[in-house]
Amino acid sequence: MRVIRHVAVNVFRESVRDRVPYTLLLFAVLLIAASRVLAQLTAGQDVKIVKDLGLAAIAAFGLFIAVFLGVGLVSKEVERRSIYAILAKPVSRAQFIAGKYAGLVLTLFVNVMVMTGALYLVLAWLMATATPAERASWDAPAMDPEMLGAVLMIFIELMLVTAIALFFSAFTSPLLSAACTFGLYVIGHFTGELRDFDTLTDSRAVGWLTRGLYHLLPDFSAFDVKLQVVHGIHVPAGYLATTAAYGFAYVAALILGGTYIFTRRDLK
Amino acid sequence: MATPALLIEGLTKDYAVGFRRRPHRALDGLTLRIEPGEVFGFLGPNGAGKTTTLKLLMQLIYPTAGRAEILGRPIGDIGARRRLGYLAENPSFYDYLTAEEMLTYFAQLFGYQLPERRQRVSDLLDRVGIGQERRFQLRKLSKGMVQRFGIAQALVNDPEILFLDEPMSGLDPLGRRDVRALILELREQGRTIFFSSHILSDAEAVCGRVAVLAGGRLVAQGRLTDLREFSARGWELVVANLSPDALERVRPRTARVTPISAGRYGLELPPDSAPDAFLAELVAAGASIVSLNPLRETLEDFFVERVTRAASDARH
Ligand SMILES: Nc1ncnc2c1ncn2[C@@H]1O[C@H](COP(=O)(O)OP(=O)(O)OP(=O)(O)O)[C@@H](O)[C@H]1O
Ligand SMILES: [Mg+2]
Repeated sequence: MRVIRHVAVNVFRESVRDRVPYTLLLFAVLLIAASRVLAQLTAGQDVKIVKDLGLAAIAAFGLFIAVFLGVGLVSKEVERRSIYAILAKPVSRAQFIAGKYAGLVLTLFVNVMVMTGALYLVLAWLMATATPAERASWDAPAMDPEMLGAVLMIFIELMLVTAIALFFSAFTSPLLSAACTFGLYVIGHFTGELRDFDTLTDSRAVGWLTRGLYHLLPDFSAFDVKLQVVHGIHVPAGYLATTAAYGFAYVAALILGGTYIFTRRDLK
Repeated sequence: MATPALLIEGLTKDYAVGFRRRPHRALDGLTLRIEPGEVFGFLGPNGAGKTTTLKLLMQLIYPTAGRAEILGRPIGDIGARRRLGYLAENPSFYDYLTAEEMLTYFAQLFGYQLPERRQRVSDLLDRVGIGQERRFQLRKLSKGMVQRFGIAQALVNDPEILFLDEPMSGLDPLGRRDVRALILELREQGRTIFFSSHILSDAEAVCGRVAVLAGGRLVAQGRLTDLREFSARGWELVVANLSPDALERVRPRTARVTPISAGRYGLELPPDSAPDAFLAELVAAGASIVSLNPLRETLEDFFVERVTRAASDARH
């Protein structure tokens, strides 16, 4: 555990030295600017739009960090050979992978927390400046705690993206890993269609295949509860729990798979 | 018999090369045994398989065949890793950390706690001569300084056995001298050192025994002085203030005379000459001795000769 912790903390430190925190500043500036503009354009609807935009931006900035740091986590170290000195220490390859993963998840956690804080601040400001009539027209309160459910889903989705990036990073180049991770991310948002595809085809085989693919590919659309939250529709805790469990199971499988491959390969 | 510090048996590595991934044998059935406390030179020309062997021992790559034990434990054993140090060839570390932070990180991986850790890190950086640069990011260190840092990180856990892949590469003459002194000091402390080099003089200065690798095969092994191929081929003497008379007197006993400047000559003596008497005679004639060096077959000559012989043996 100690070894994993030290590897993880170092990943976090690297992200700070790589100026990842600047993306947070960019996030805050964009969010504030957007809400100022929207406040002028739309009467009363701005809270909904800011929530929608804010949550989407948290997901997008998080995705950016997860993919760009995730694909280099292992392969960059192998390419630069900085991993040689580390693996000659009492650090197993499995511990190395686990530490790298934990470190990036920690980085994402801090980033998502800061972005969420910024979003709530902007919403608090909108609430303070709104007229009572405008407030009455909102579907949900400006500082709705239900949004935290959506943020949790985004965070677990990011954990899954990171695991995918790390998985590919364990055996291919950063560029290829990034392409594969983005590919899976995009496909993963449309797996719902795959699931229902067998109602459109007569062929049993195609039906089986699409169902199989649906179960194999990560279903990212399950994590997307932004719309409900923005419109003040309650998302049941049970749904959040099962979706989180699905995410964790998928992450575990990817980390195990990545570790299996990584412990068996030669480092060039 | 005591447990050997390092035992290698039939270690073989094939790399898959090219698009069709045809196997290329980089190391072929290497067998070696190194006792605790030995300083062992692992010599060979470029591409001989030295780095491949060290990477196999560190389990950065996996063998095609064969096995090895470090301190009595199979390679890859985490317990053995606590007791060894490794310096990779052209080592590379995290650019964004300072020398101090990077070394602290390595010390943490071994579980060293404050305040011992801080002391150890600062002592080691001083010991390898980059104490002044401890707050520099590694990307700002020169190549030789990175190499020195690499030696420091290999020593962070007080290892019983050290694996150094070309420890002298990239170092200036002072640096080479420092590393030699360090190796001798570590030997005094009873540590085992296994280091690779393609420079014979580095090995001569510190090694008890050497192994010579060429084309992935072990071609010679033993004490340097016992390896007939490395015995002196003669002597090279530089003298100053040598009078023309004295020169003519000794000329028949030299293999070659090279004038350097007025009164200063390079004299080559055949291997069977007794240099002591020869020197005494020159000194008696008023000359002063500048230097005397054995002329040895270089490692390169040795390789060329051995490799051609191996190739012609293979044809018959
Ligand atoms: N990753 C690799 N893939 C394919 N072949 C390799 C790889 N690494 C090394 N080789 C080959 O293995 C052989 C031995 O290489 P190695 O690096 O072990 O030599 P070396 O003795 O360390 O040489 P040097 O003195 O140049 O460092 C060479 O023929 C080299 O081309
Ligand atoms: Mg080498």
